[in-house]
Amino acid sequence: MSAFRQSVEAMIPALRRYARALARDADIADDLVQDTLVRALRSERLFLGGDVRSWLYTILTNLNKNRRRSLARRPQFMPLSDNNPDASGTEAEGRDIARALSTLVEEQRSVLLLVMLEGLSYREVADIQGVPIGTVMSRLARARAHVKASLEGERTALRRVK
Amino acid sequence: MTDRNIPVTEDELHAYVDGELPAERRSDVEAWLATHPDDAARVHSWRAMAEVLHARYDSIADEAVPKRLEIERLVRAPRRWVYGAVAATLAAFIVGGGVGWFARDATATPSVLQNFTAHAIDAHRLYVVEVRHPVEVPGSERGHLQQWLTKRCGWVVRAPELSGAGLKLVGGRLLPSSGKPASFMMYESASGERFTIYTAKSDAEATQMRFAADGRESTLFWADDGIIYAVVSTGADRTRLNQVAQAVYDQMEKKG
Repeated sequence: MSAFRQSVEAMIPALRRYARALARDADIADDLVQDTLVRALRSERLFLGGDVRSWLYTILTNLNKNRRRSLARRPQFMPLSDNNPDASGTEAEGRDIARALSTLVEEQRSVLLLVMLEGLSYREVADIQGVPIGTVMSRLARARAHVKASLEGERTALRRVK
Repeated sequence: MTDRNIPVTEDELHAYVDGELPAERRSDVEAWLATHPDDAARVHSWRAMAEVLHARYDSIADEAVPKRLEIERLVRAPRRWVYGAVAATLAAFIVGGGVGWFARDATATPSVLQNFTAHAIDAHRLYVVEVRHPVEVPGSERGHLQQWLTKRCGWVVRAPELSGAGLKLVGGRLLPSSGKPASFMMYESASGERFTIYTAKSDAEATQMRFAADGRESTLFWADDGIIYAVVSTGADRTRLNQVAQAVYDQMEKKG
């Protein structure tokens, strides 16, 4: 296997994690990863060196943006598994964070995940999104504030129900 | 040595948490946090948020990679362009779009160009989101694509070479435009950015290059020698769109 393919392969687990957090649904997430890999392999000749990791995140981020645009006019379905009432503490926390993420606008969710989950630098995220670093920082700040408020809101809502 | 009295900004708090802060400023921020409990609480909540994210999603990275994502498999069985697999989508497009076009043609005589750009943008929107079947004939069959579209459209259709702009031909398809054939070609960059070129016959002999936008889609279009061209993109800035359109224009010029 070529060095290029090896470095693509090494990224699959992280891409699956990012895609799942980004798209929420497991099948859609793996579809995104598959399409990312197919494009990457198809464009091997176009890849002129540089950072394979950033490049793959860029493709996946763009694909998800396209996908969401095509879905924008259709009704949204919430996965049933998200409503499991018997979830343990950690599961409930995971469910809350998934829900909080789903209420973020696309660019903010992507920044938050790339920085906090995937550990990319502001510079790398700026290149992936094709925006200045300042924009990345303001998106990140807004995303964190929104998720924090959303998580706190969930807790307040739960208290009120009980 | 930096000045401890310079107040710490919110940007710096984020940078501190994300390890993006210059090393010499770290101790200033730490000193600041010791005396500013609100900021310290925010920093704490962001760290807790990161922990929750990892607790929720790291397990996915630890799972065995599903068979369908194995590189060997994807390389061995490259996805084939399925001819006609979009028949249903296309039929819906023709039926649904055709009515609109007919109505538009009846009322909108002054805006042939507007009509044309609307078709070009519609086609762009419909197909750029297609990952598997964006085209009928793949870019690897460039010669065949050009021949076929030339024959069906009735003018010389050429797929320009846009590698200078970092774009590779994905392929093309035949589309209807006000009941006449139109050619549609799609290009893509290494990062998945897509551009489409839509051409149809026109009464306008020649026009200058013009710009039109609708939502996030924007186009540069022009008529030349009875053919009208539109280069469409989603979200690309004007400079980039201009660069691509110019490259297309230059090659169409040479053809004549």
